[in-house]
Amino acid sequence: MFKRKWAIWMALIALIGTLLLSGCSSKNSSGEDGDGQVTIRYWQYDYASRVNAMNELIKKFEAENPDIKVIHETFPYEQYQQKVAAAMQDKKNQPEIINMYMGWEPKFIDQGFLQPIPDELMTAEEIESHFVPMIKDYQFDGKYYALPIAVRTLAFFWNKDLFAEAGLDPEKPPQTWDEVLAVAKQLTKYDASGTLQQSGYGWNVTGQDYHLFMQVLLRQWGGQPFSDDNRKVTMNSEAGYEAFKWWMEMNTVHKVGKEDFLGTYDKAFLAGKTAMITDGSFRLGGLKDATFNWGVTELPTKTIGGEKHTFGSFFANGITANVSGKKLEASIRFLKFLISDDTMRFWLENVGEIPASNTLANDPALQNDPKYGAFIRGLSYAHATFFADEAGERDAFKLGTDEVVINGADYKAALDQIVESIQQIRDEYFSNH
Amino acid sequence: MVGTKTKSKTGQIIAHAILMLGTISVVFPFVWMILTSFKPLSEIYEFSVFPKHWTLDNFKFLLERTYFVRWFGNSVILAVIVTISELFFNSLIAYALAKMKFPGRNLIFILILSTLMVPTEMLVIPWYKLASQFGWIDTYWGIIFPGLMSGFGVFLLRQFMLGIPNDLIDAARIDGMSEFGIFWRVVLPQVKNALSALAVLVFLGNWNAYLWPVIAINSDKLRTLPVGISLFSAADDGQQWTLIMAASTLAVIPVIIVFFIFQRRIIEGISITGMK
Amino acid sequence: MEKKPFWTLQRKQAAVAYLFLLIPLIFFLAIRIYPALDAFKTSFQVKGSQPFYYHYQAMLSDKVFSKALINTILYVVITVPLQMLIGLGLALLIQSLNKGRGIYRFIYFIPYVTSAVAVSWIWRWMYFKDLGVFNEILKFFGIPAQPFLTHPSQALISIAAVIIWQAVGFNMLIFLAGLEAIPKLYYEASAIDGANRRRTFFHITLPLLNPTIVFLAVTGVINSLQTFTQVLNMAGAQGGPLNSTKSLVVYIYNKAFLNFNMPYGAAMTVVLFLLILMITIIQIKFLSRSYEHS
Repeated sequence: MFKRKWAIWMALIALIGTLLLSGCSSKNSSGEDGDGQVTIRYWQYDYASRVNAMNELIKKFEAENPDIKVIHETFPYEQYQQKVAAAMQDKKNQPEIINMYMGWEPKFIDQGFLQPIPDELMTAEEIESHFVPMIKDYQFDGKYYALPIAVRTLAFFWNKDLFAEAGLDPEKPPQTWDEVLAVAKQLTKYDASGTLQQSGYGWNVTGQDYHLFMQVLLRQWGGQPFSDDNRKVTMNSEAGYEAFKWWMEMNTVHKVGKEDFLGTYDKAFLAGKTAMITDGSFRLGGLKDATFNWGVTELPTKTIGGEKHTFGSFFANGITANVSGKKLEASIRFLKFLISDDTMRFWLENVGEIPASNTLANDPALQNDPKYGAFIRGLSYAHATFFADEAGERDAFKLGTDEVVINGADYKAALDQIVESIQQIRDEYFSNH
Repeated sequence: MVGTKTKSKTGQIIAHAILMLGTISVVFPFVWMILTSFKPLSEIYEFSVFPKHWTLDNFKFLLERTYFVRWFGNSVILAVIVTISELFFNSLIAYALAKMKFPGRNLIFILILSTLMVPTEMLVIPWYKLASQFGWIDTYWGIIFPGLMSGFGVFLLRQFMLGIPNDLIDAARIDGMSEFGIFWRVVLPQVKNALSALAVLVFLGNWNAYLWPVIAINSDKLRTLPVGISLFSAADDGQQWTLIMAASTLAVIPVIIVFFIFQRRIIEGISITGMK
Repeated sequence: MEKKPFWTLQRKQAAVAYLFLLIPLIFFLAIRIYPALDAFKTSFQVKGSQPFYYHYQAMLSDKVFSKALINTILYVVITVPLQMLIGLGLALLIQSLNKGRGIYRFIYFIPYVTSAVAVSWIWRWMYFKDLGVFNEILKFFGIPAQPFLTHPSQALISIAAVIIWQAVGFNMLIFLAGLEAIPKLYYEASAIDGANRRRTFFHITLPLLNPTIVFLAVTGVINSLQTFTQVLNMAGAQGGPLNSTKSLVVYIYNKAFLNFNMPYGAAMTVVLFLLILMITIIQIKFLSRSYEHS
């Protein structure tokens, strides 16, 4: 009997506890307080250095603007998109400003989550002259929906120790892609049973090489990934076939690298098992703990002195669709603060992401920075890919390369298949635009 | 070998041998997870089993520089509440379905069972709409309300209650006991083992629940453990594996405690007297 | 003659039953059934001049959908019987021990308890084509390295192995509970009758375990048809390579949440639901035995 009474009490306590706790919420209401203070919410995905930096920035902003309060909420990266999608269903708890990957903009806009950047904040012309060129790749009918604090570009990393070990000059990274291939072959090691022990070049599809192919190799070989209006996929031109074949053969013929070597290309590099990779400025943070000497330089070109290209990407801040009145004013002021040069410098120093404004991009001191220089110099020739459906297009691309790598499909046929799939996706998207 | 203890020594030795062999494969990832929590970040890329430099930094970071303790506390409170709720309601429903007669019994059973057939991923947005209408977003109640009862628990307990001989229940009815009394005093003790198993499973399921808590919570202080841990995996910036493993190691402790509390009851035999 | 009173014993019992079920039914309707119907409704959202069944039609010609369907059935057929058999075997073995039951019960439950993230990380590491644990062992025996997760012919089975590995502890636990629920009286009676172990097992244990078996089989299949987390963690949302590991729920998740094509995802959910419902009803009909023991 004793046990049962105990159980009954536990149950009662639980029920009462639940009712009480339902009141235990974090009071984060985004409303206007009585004394004319406006509260707005800022959402981004959670990453320690960004969160801390944003908190500092908010403190600074609130000190200069005592009538505005900014609530900063963050979410795990994997679920960020669903969180935004769910939140937009509910008029009460919506954030005013959300940070998003550029590739999500088309989807968010289609779902009606965002409003165009108001002219009071910045007109389209002002945006185009203030920000680095890659911002122009994400406009919709001439309008912009989100503005970045920082951007990323791709550059070329190499492991100096592995170079020295093989008798190569560790301070002289390859300048052209042919040189890359030659060096990679020297630095690739297989053991007797055919297991890859060391990869010369961290070839991959799920990492940055996807972007490398589309915005760098393709262009340097003379082609381009999409038509200027982004409607048509033009990867399978003659130049395209050549670039694709050259790039795929690094894996299939020369075997200097492959997907899945030690998990992912960046882990293999950080483990000191891959000699060279194409990667973004976001890799610099992890390299702080590297146990080897490494260097970073601008991406190679097809020929000495040939055309330079790189891929740029960014996370940007947009205002959600239902914001108006005083909250819209407050949001505009906060955004203005976020995209100022001061904020960008702060961000560079504390988060390690390169600035998005032209003035900073052309600053000679930054351009010659030993760590960031290569990335910042790349800003002037970086292209941001307009994705109609980022996940879907990447899937289509991987399916094609898998056909080649796993099933030995013909390069031309595979590239044609990729183009067909992506074209379908774009046709669907643009049929509504 | 069946339900009765084997007397023969060889039988015992063989049984132990088989079980020990399997132990290695079963325990290895778990041990590896624990060992990795003691590794510094630079070693994560070395793919070795034992740390070269043992460090407590990961744990220190978790306990001092994140809200880990709060997440832990939230998870404990919520998991306990949901477990109690499920144990109570699921058994009540199961009793009605297993031992009471009424029109529509089978239909209701199938109906409840069918609630298991729609993946929660698709229910998350309707739940969000519902919760935000009532202002439950970012509250404890908002996190737990979908899990107060489940078709899974109902099904399990129903099956076990089916195995209780009806004579026992009929006798109690004749004695004039109320249905609730029969449920509470006669039937529940008979399914102690299933209840204990369910307690462990519900606690565990709730402890690890991720998708809905992520959607239902906005503020860091309210986060549950799995949501908090996923913060360490971010985008291109890379995943801080040592932190994830350290957090997962600590997260496993309450589950093990719950398991040990209940595991005896799960296997304790019930002596049924008065049976034909 | 006495008039029959309205509140017969039967009616009283039924009324109490409905009372017990009132709040639960409201709960299930509000939290599970209504939202599901809401999601189903989304499957009929069409644009412009498309017919209301547009998404269902699209499914029929969607090769990825058929692949996902086949993969899902493979997951079920491979994992459910094996995890039950191994779980039962473990339960029987552990039960037969004189000492150490508690330890083994705990040990074999550990996979189920280990976090999904840790599980997927280490299994992926063990499966590496180069320098992975399994291939290093195979190398030692002179067997060539296997692609495991990187080739369509082995990827699904590799993931199925992990699913089984995790689920075995859960099955073992339930079987242990089920075995203990069998009164010792039966065993004593059969021993007196002189039955050997095999007979006892097949004529007493197994039939009396029926409710447990039904439970594990039905829930096993229902869960397996919704395989999602392990695929997501081991192969990513693409369900690669070449869609060889993509399960239905992974595809639904992809379409609904990554491509923001909710209606199509909802349509597939409806089809999946009907599939699960159908299979479950068939299972219960065929597996359930009467539990009245003589």
